[in-house]
Amino acid sequence: MEIRNILSLVTYLPAAAAILLLLVPRRAENAIRRCALLASLATFVLSLYLAYHFDAANGGMQYVENVPWIRTATYRVGHHLGIDGISLFLVILTTFLTPLAILSSWQSITKRLKPYMISLLVLETGMIGVFCALDLVLFYVFWEVMLIPMYFLIGIWGGTNRIYAAVKFILYTMAGSLLMLLAIIYLFFVSGGTTFDLVEITQFLASGSLQLSRREEFWLFMAFLVAFAIKVPLFPFHTWLPDAHVEAPTAGSVILAGVLLKMGTYGLLRFCLPLFPGAALAAAPSLSILALIGIIYGALVAMVQPDLKKLVAYSSVSHMGLVVLGIFAFTTQGLAGSTVQMLNHGLSTGALFLLVGMIYDRRHTRMISDFGGLAHASPVLASMFLVVTLSSIGLPGLNGFVGEILVLAGTFMQNRTYAAIAALGMILGAVYMLWMYQRVFLGKVTNPENAQMKDIGLRERLILLPILAAMLWIGVYSAPFLRRMDASLQVVQQRVLHARGPEGGFRVEQLRAFPGREGSR
Amino acid sequence: MGIEYSPLIPQLVLVLAGMLIMLLEPFTAPERKSRLGQIAIVATAVAAYGLKLQSNHRPHAIFHGMFLVDAYTYFFQWLFLVITGISALLSMRFNERESINRGEYYALLLFACSGMSLMAASGDLILTFIGIEILSIATYILAGFKRDDVRSNEASLKYFLLGSFATAFLLYGIALIYGSTGTTNYLAIRQLASLQGSVQVTTLIGMGLLLVGFGFKVALVPFHAWAPDVYEGAPSPVTAFMTVGPKAAGFAALVRVLVQALPGLGRDWTSILWIVAILTMTLGNVVAVRQTNVKRMLAYSAIAHAGYVLVGIVANSRTGFGAVLFYLVVYTVMNLGAFCIVVSLSHKGDARVYLDNYTGLGRKAPFAAAALSLFLISLAGIPLTGGFIGKFYLFSAAIQKGYIGLAIIAVLNSVLSVFYYFRLMVIMYMREPPEGQPDPDPISPPVMAIVAIGVVGILWLGINPAMILNLAANSTLP
Repeated sequence: MEIRNILSLVTYLPAAAAILLLLVPRRAENAIRRCALLASLATFVLSLYLAYHFDAANGGMQYVENVPWIRTATYRVGHHLGIDGISLFLVILTTFLTPLAILSSWQSITKRLKPYMISLLVLETGMIGVFCALDLVLFYVFWEVMLIPMYFLIGIWGGTNRIYAAVKFILYTMAGSLLMLLAIIYLFFVSGGTTFDLVEITQFLASGSLQLSRREEFWLFMAFLVAFAIKVPLFPFHTWLPDAHVEAPTAGSVILAGVLLKMGTYGLLRFCLPLFPGAALAAAPSLSILALIGIIYGALVAMVQPDLKKLVAYSSVSHMGLVVLGIFAFTTQGLAGSTVQMLNHGLSTGALFLLVGMIYDRRHTRMISDFGGLAHASPVLASMFLVVTLSSIGLPGLNGFVGEILVLAGTFMQNRTYAAIAALGMILGAVYMLWMYQRVFLGKVTNPENAQMKDIGLRERLILLPILAAMLWIGVYSAPFLRRMDASLQVVQQRVLHARGPEGGFRVEQLRAFPGREGSR
Repeated sequence: MGIEYSPLIPQLVLVLAGMLIMLLEPFTAPERKSRLGQIAIVATAVAAYGLKLQSNHRPHAIFHGMFLVDAYTYFFQWLFLVITGISALLSMRFNERESINRGEYYALLLFACSGMSLMAASGDLILTFIGIEILSIATYILAGFKRDDVRSNEASLKYFLLGSFATAFLLYGIALIYGSTGTTNYLAIRQLASLQGSVQVTTLIGMGLLLVGFGFKVALVPFHAWAPDVYEGAPSPVTAFMTVGPKAAGFAALVRVLVQALPGLGRDWTSILWIVAILTMTLGNVVAVRQTNVKRMLAYSAIAHAGYVLVGIVANSRTGFGAVLFYLVVYTVMNLGAFCIVVSLSHKGDARVYLDNYTGLGRKAPFAAAALSLFLISLAGIPLTGGFIGKFYLFSAAIQKGYIGLAIIAVLNSVLSVFYYFRLMVIMYMREPPEGQPDPDPISPPVMAIVAIGVVGILWLGINPAMILNLAANSTLP
């Protein structure tokens, strides 16, 4: 069976459901919950179709839809959607996490339920759109539209300091993305003033019919980079993240960590590398160093956090640094590792936020010092938390290991020192996660309030089990994932390696001598 | 060849209806004065119909080149009629509440509208001047219409004094240009200027003085000082009218003068306006951040938006002027929409226009809060709203011409503006309403309908802008 316009369907189904939700009366809370869940589940099922019919041998765009959107004398903006091996799993990650996020807020959200669900669904459309859009303006539209529901999620349903966090979030991201908008417009005019289409502009650049001067390329690269680096967040643009994460409601944190951060690294892979490969090569050493600083710094700061949610937030800074490091290694392993690591981080950090949210629902505190010996009262919660912790620190057999080892291997081929430092970050990661686990779950029950803590119920198990299953799947048998990514990543890699490298810059020549496609499989 | 009068039908309808309202005023019982407002609304509708009848003329001039009939005139006349009609509608309940419901009010609105149309259509500095005066005198009085309110009086007097001063600059500029070229007709000025070869100093000074005069009318920095006080003191519907109507008319006339009379001085006026644009945007946004009165905040935001519009004029290209026209439409929709809600929520004596009064509005008046949020999002220039497409086209016109620094400053200004637009949303949705705060008055059905149309319009301009974009592009000068 073939579904036409499948990408539009996946993208706009949640938004359509959100519009329908407007018609449901505010008091019918159960109906609202069920409708939202149903819509997000339907979207997930549809997105599985994408993976099932995906042609792994094709590195180009698939399920392409391209119709004109805005047509005037001067401008032509297309509604151009398509996915490749890079975006496929990010779309699925989005559709996978959204129903779980909705389920997680089943009971914890009591006030203003309807706008909450509408925000989540609109957010989902925005996120899927970002991963599917192949027209620069369309991409920008999704990128920005998604900010509004996230802003409301943090600002209305967040914690005590929510307004500050929401405003900080929106100002940071807007500042970055508006500069990107100017770069998009510049790129439009410099490429002949005919198209905003990413695929066409990339072709112009690759074929040499459009040549950017080194200075132009550098500044355009920077404008895109800043937008993405803020989202990732790459050190030193990370300061919005702990605030936003800590104040956001559980579902908001899950989506924020699970999907929104990936938009940054996705943007690097989709736009920065193919459009400005020369500048990317030139900037790789400094970006790698920033990524390394982020890895170590994030881990060290996470170690001393008294608040569980803040700890997980800083661990995100560390893990996302690893993804950036892998991307700017430009090796097959590095790129593949980064792409897998995006999924892994989405799963493990998403799960961590869900678990922290479950603990918070019971105890209304997130301070590590308030806990201790939780495993006695809630053994199931404790064991699930352990699996997620181990996945996050990269235990072999779970998903985290696959991504980390690939990134480390890919970086090692490029620069051994970087790889060594990154490995140190992994060790630190194990330290803070395990230490946190020990303080929260193991030992004697020090706080009598914890002795009666209820273990997790059926709904909560239903939320966690799919994530645990996915973790195990990627950890044990990652081939279906890697196979589908491979061809598309090669396209990106070739694009970078064929660009002129700056003198004394990265060791492009050596990279070519290192095809290294067998090493990691 | 006789003189062709038909393009004047909309003007005549407006002026005659204004006179009719004045005649009927003494014979109308005080509680039925809103009927006069209804007459004004009908008059704008009839004028719009008259305008529609003569839409397919090819461009030509009547009255010896004084009144230009072209797509540009047509475009702006439409805009002004819509603005006037909505302002009259918005005023009726407000005026009843404030006990200032008098017929002159509506007559003055109609006269102002005819003045604005003349400004857009004028092909001669003298007629431009007359149009500006018709508009200004009407708005001076409207600003002070709450006679027993000190702030309204202050607004009127301030506007009048500073306005007269600016008018003097304008006149002196016209005189200097006349002195150096011997004509006040735009086309003749252009031809003579190109014949003369080198630019005369007097023409240059004349142009500078004209820019001062126009800068005052559209509130460009550093000639903006009147705007916040006047916008704050004037009756709210008048403020709504003034932030869109006279502003758009000022830009309409300014672009005509610059493009049709002084294209030879393009390098000079772009370099002046480049700086003015930056100053205007930045000052408007920076000061808006500190406001606690919503009307005043919107006043400074109006100044900032005039700065964005200038970006398109600085580009000095067809794309740029098309973007200006489009942006003026978008700006009208979003600003009028926002004002409709602010006016409807205010209480007697213009109470309840402070940020604190909006706490918890998301609960108490969900529709009004949602609509206001949408207009604010559009003012901030976020996608899927007309505001985004408008800014996108303005900035891209600047980039096309290589004004990248200007575009970057404009964009950073947009980020700044997000802060204060979103702050209002924070207050409406994210703060709990204090106990015992009275519920806002329900919005009257006609205003509700206008707001709903505005909501649909702003989304339509953001999602499917091609039609209005093409219209704007086809209506631009040269």
